[in-house]
Amino acid sequence: MADIAAHRASPSPFRAWLSRVGQGRHLLGLLFLLPAAVFLLFFLTYPLGLGVWLGFTDTRIGREGVFIGLENYESLMGDSVFWLAVFNTLLYTIGASILKFALGLWLALLLNQNLPFKSFFRAIVLLPWVVPTVLSAIAFWWIFDAQFSVISWALIKLGLIDHNINFLGDTTNARASVIAANVWRGIPFVAISLLAGLQTIPQSLHEAATLDGATGWQRFRYITLPMLSPIIAVVMTFSVLFTFTDFQLIYVLTRGGPLNATHLMATLSFQRAIPGGQLGEGAAIAVAMIPFLLSAILFSYFGLQRRKWQQGGGD
Amino acid sequence: MATVDIRAVTKAYGATPVIHGVDIDIRDGEFVVLVGPSGCGKSTLLRMIAGLENISGGEIRIGSRVVNDVPPKERDIAMVFQNYALYPHMTVGANMGFSLKLRNAPKAEIDGRVNRAAGILGLSHLLDRFPRQLSGGQRQRVAMGRAIVRDPQVFLFDEPLSNLDAKLRVQMRTEIKELHQRLKTTTVYVTHDQIEAMTMADKIVVMHDGVVEQIGAPLDLYDAPANQFVAGFIGSPSMNFIKGKVDATGAAAFVTPSGARLPLERLPEGAAGKDAVYGLRPEHIRISPDGVPVEIVVVEPTGSEILVIARLGEQEIACLFRERLSLKPGETIHIAPQAGVTHLFDGATGRRL
Ligand SMILES: Nc1ncnc2c1ncn2[C@@H]1O[C@H](COP(=O)(O)OP(=O)(O)OP(=O)(O)O)[C@@H](O)[C@H]1O
Ligand SMILES: [Mg+2]
Repeated sequence: MADIAAHRASPSPFRAWLSRVGQGRHLLGLLFLLPAAVFLLFFLTYPLGLGVWLGFTDTRIGREGVFIGLENYESLMGDSVFWLAVFNTLLYTIGASILKFALGLWLALLLNQNLPFKSFFRAIVLLPWVVPTVLSAIAFWWIFDAQFSVISWALIKLGLIDHNINFLGDTTNARASVIAANVWRGIPFVAISLLAGLQTIPQSLHEAATLDGATGWQRFRYITLPMLSPIIAVVMTFSVLFTFTDFQLIYVLTRGGPLNATHLMATLSFQRAIPGGQLGEGAAIAVAMIPFLLSAILFSYFGLQRRKWQQGGGD
Repeated sequence: MATVDIRAVTKAYGATPVIHGVDIDIRDGEFVVLVGPSGCGKSTLLRMIAGLENISGGEIRIGSRVVNDVPPKERDIAMVFQNYALYPHMTVGANMGFSLKLRNAPKAEIDGRVNRAAGILGLSHLLDRFPRQLSGGQRQRVAMGRAIVRDPQVFLFDEPLSNLDAKLRVQMRTEIKELHQRLKTTTVYVTHDQIEAMTMADKIVVMHDGVVEQIGAPLDLYDAPANQFVAGFIGSPSMNFIKGKVDATGAAAFVTPSGARLPLERLPEGAAGKDAVYGLRPEHIRISPDGVPVEIVVVEPTGSEILVIARLGEQEIACLFRERLSLKPGETIHIAPQAGVTHLFDGATGRRL
């Protein structure tokens, strides 16, 4: 008996440590985070670090580079093609994101109605996302072809225009075309995510608002939109990140042309680094994307903070 | 404030009828409770009054206006939902003032009316909180506040107390009743709890499987249920139903299969010799040396009263005694109904004889 009591009174140091860890929520949390942190460190940070390092060297393909400080960045500062790519990337990202948001939300609202064949339509909407990007890019390449474009053909048959549209040969048209292709591809993600968000809004809130005298527009403005805003923040952050780093579509459709009008930072970085052989300079362009991406992530971090109304007890 | 007239209203979801011709008259300022078991169509009927479900057949009038084709927002009705349906992203004050804001009422008027309603409901110190930061009872009150701010023609309540604990439920029951006495707005209140119905209603509508079984004042339903369903539904513990036959030979009596004779105050016409059901409320049973013998199965004292389950032949009977009796399972007691409170129902149709 006395033995047991003594044992209870002085637990082993290890047990004591364990129970302290168990009670300290932060410590325990860190412990659980450890595997993921190690994984991230190796598989994300290493390539990132390598890229950043390359940006400070004059490495070429087949030749070790030496550290040259900010020389790559200095030369980019004076490089009009680089600045054009920055402008293109911003235009592409902002234009495509706004369109994806507007059309995706509209589609989500439509799909949230009680349509016949609802699940069929929902499946259809996912299609553009399921098709491999390269495949859909090739399809768009045909759609935008200078001679065989189905759009030109249809418009001519309808008598709206009298000669083929030069989709990818003209700078403005090319920009619009690649944005259109990106929007087509990105809509499913936005639409389906927002649809999932819409379905978490209880029907009774809409009914209560209807009885309170709200019109359809007022219900959207005062109920749907504010309640959807946390999801919108997540979805649009992802959408912006995907769009900003887009590569495949551009590379297949235009390779950055005509006159670099559709060169994005990602495609320019690749072009300088691999076909151009200037690994160091390509890496510097890629590194220059980081501040933009970081600010997008920061923006979403604040956008994603739980709204005040989401805090507090459950139901 | 307005009357509500429900005339031969039917409702079908696709090919499935759920309400089969309901007629209810609700007077101006009346507190009407729709009560019935789960799935009988109470919510459906309420939502048809609100305009959230369309009406398959018949007519609903609010005041003198037929509202079958009037959209919900023009019916001037406020509804309190079972889950409260508070807007989670709006403060308590904004929740309550939302309908006024939609009407473009001036800010001063909105504040004035919200503050007045909050004062009535004791919510004044919570106006800046969000619904998530409230307890269940407070949320319930906000939902009512949202309704009374509007000063509507009719209040609709759909099981507003079912998410609250028993004690709070009793308290809110009183508050809702007080509120009604103060505002005198016509109210339709749905519940499946017969105690709520009995304590709050001016008039109870008992529904079952999409039809109205009986409409009447609480005590009328208790004293003279129209059929076996209403008799079993109203009153707690439930009325005992004893199967047997009416025996008209000599002093009219009801005879159970085991041969016990229970007194009948009157012999309903054409009932002689028929299969019937004898209805006797537990609280209307007394111990009497010349009563029928029954064997005690279970004794459940609650302090203020004793519930005894006893066996009469093959059938079990619940008896409620207010006296402190020392009874034990296995004992035999003699029981008799109090005078003037027995019920007799048709064995085949369940209708009151
Ligand atoms: N949208 C619907 N489609 C088909 N049937 C429905 C629908 N809504 C309700 N019902 C059916 O209508 C009947 C009445 O439902 P209602 O919700 O009015 O019941 P209730 O009396 O309110 O029950 P409870 O006390 O459980 O709330 C039920 O049998 C239900 O299955
Ligand atoms: Mg219901």
